[in-house]
Amino acid sequence: MAEKIINKDIVKEENLVYKKTDLLTDKPLSYCPGCGHGTAHRLVMEVVEELNVQEETIGIAPVGCSVLAYEFMDIDMQQAAHGRAPALATAIKRLYPEKYVFTYQGDGDLAAIGTAETIHACNRGENITIIFVNNGIYGMTGGQMAPTTLPGMKSSTSPYGRDVQSMGAPMKMTELVAQLPGTYFVTRQAVHTPSAVRKAKKAIKKAFENQKLKKGLSFVEIVSNCNSGWKMTPLKSNEWMVDNMFPAYPLGDIKVPEE
Amino acid sequence: MAKVKGSIVVDIEKCKGCEVCIPACPTDVIRLAEDVNGKGYHYAYMENPDNCTGCVNCAIVCPDGVITVYRKKVE
Repeated sequence: MAEKIINKDIVKEENLVYKKTDLLTDKPLSYCPGCGHGTAHRLVMEVVEELNVQEETIGIAPVGCSVLAYEFMDIDMQQAAHGRAPALATAIKRLYPEKYVFTYQGDGDLAAIGTAETIHACNRGENITIIFVNNGIYGMTGGQMAPTTLPGMKSSTSPYGRDVQSMGAPMKMTELVAQLPGTYFVTRQAVHTPSAVRKAKKAIKKAFENQKLKKGLSFVEIVSNCNSGWKMTPLKSNEWMVDNMFPAYPLGDIKVPEE
Repeated sequence: MAKVKGSIVVDIEKCKGCEVCIPACPTDVIRLAEDVNGKGYHYAYMENPDNCTGCVNCAIVCPDGVITVYRKKVE
């Protein structure tokens, strides 16, 4: 492994404070530089490691940029047809009620083709966790307009910006599912700064722990950047996300279980 | 008071040079190298290693998880 070790007296096994979790495989992630997917993957795997449930966790990979999530997460995974991850998760959870089941979906998968599956799984209150990575664009197929694309935002299929009159307004899936009686915990987080990452990890951990309570579905949206799709550098895209995505998709808990 | 010194180790071949770790560092330690790795990315390295406190901020925002952090108390 190519590494430059500068402080030999500090870089010792006993001084280790942070390293990438072993539940992520050593394969290089297939995401663009600076993409929030990598951080989201790592947070999910860190939570699984902390809860010590890697043997009891089944993940569902979507279609989209994260279609290869099963290559990177070293747990039992199943890849679903486009948008059908909540339906598959429902089946797995009903067959193995003691397992931790989560889906990991993007906005094209969850909010466009999988709208029906998502809403009905939330409405039935399946005891699963949905991790929803929202970057407002179809990243994998070349930056087409997604249901979550902001008004006026340029994409390859809305080159003059999204026109709300003819293309509709962005769909706020998280607010939408929060109104359904089947959801137990609904929150929106981001992964662009250290503090946001720590908060997002807490939210994901809570969403996993809720599965043991059997009180309904936990839904965690992660607002992320898509620097390739937005045609920006990673740092610029994070700034743009703070300025433009967060006013439309404000961070914070939307539905918290009553104590 | 005991001082804390830290150090990071970057997996150079996996670093994609996205620079997300640079503003995350509160002590301005990290820069991108002039050299490139096998994929052609400028990789992150410690420009000011003496300032590192091992706070792990860079490692937890790194999308590719290439940063390993070490921390030691020095008298």
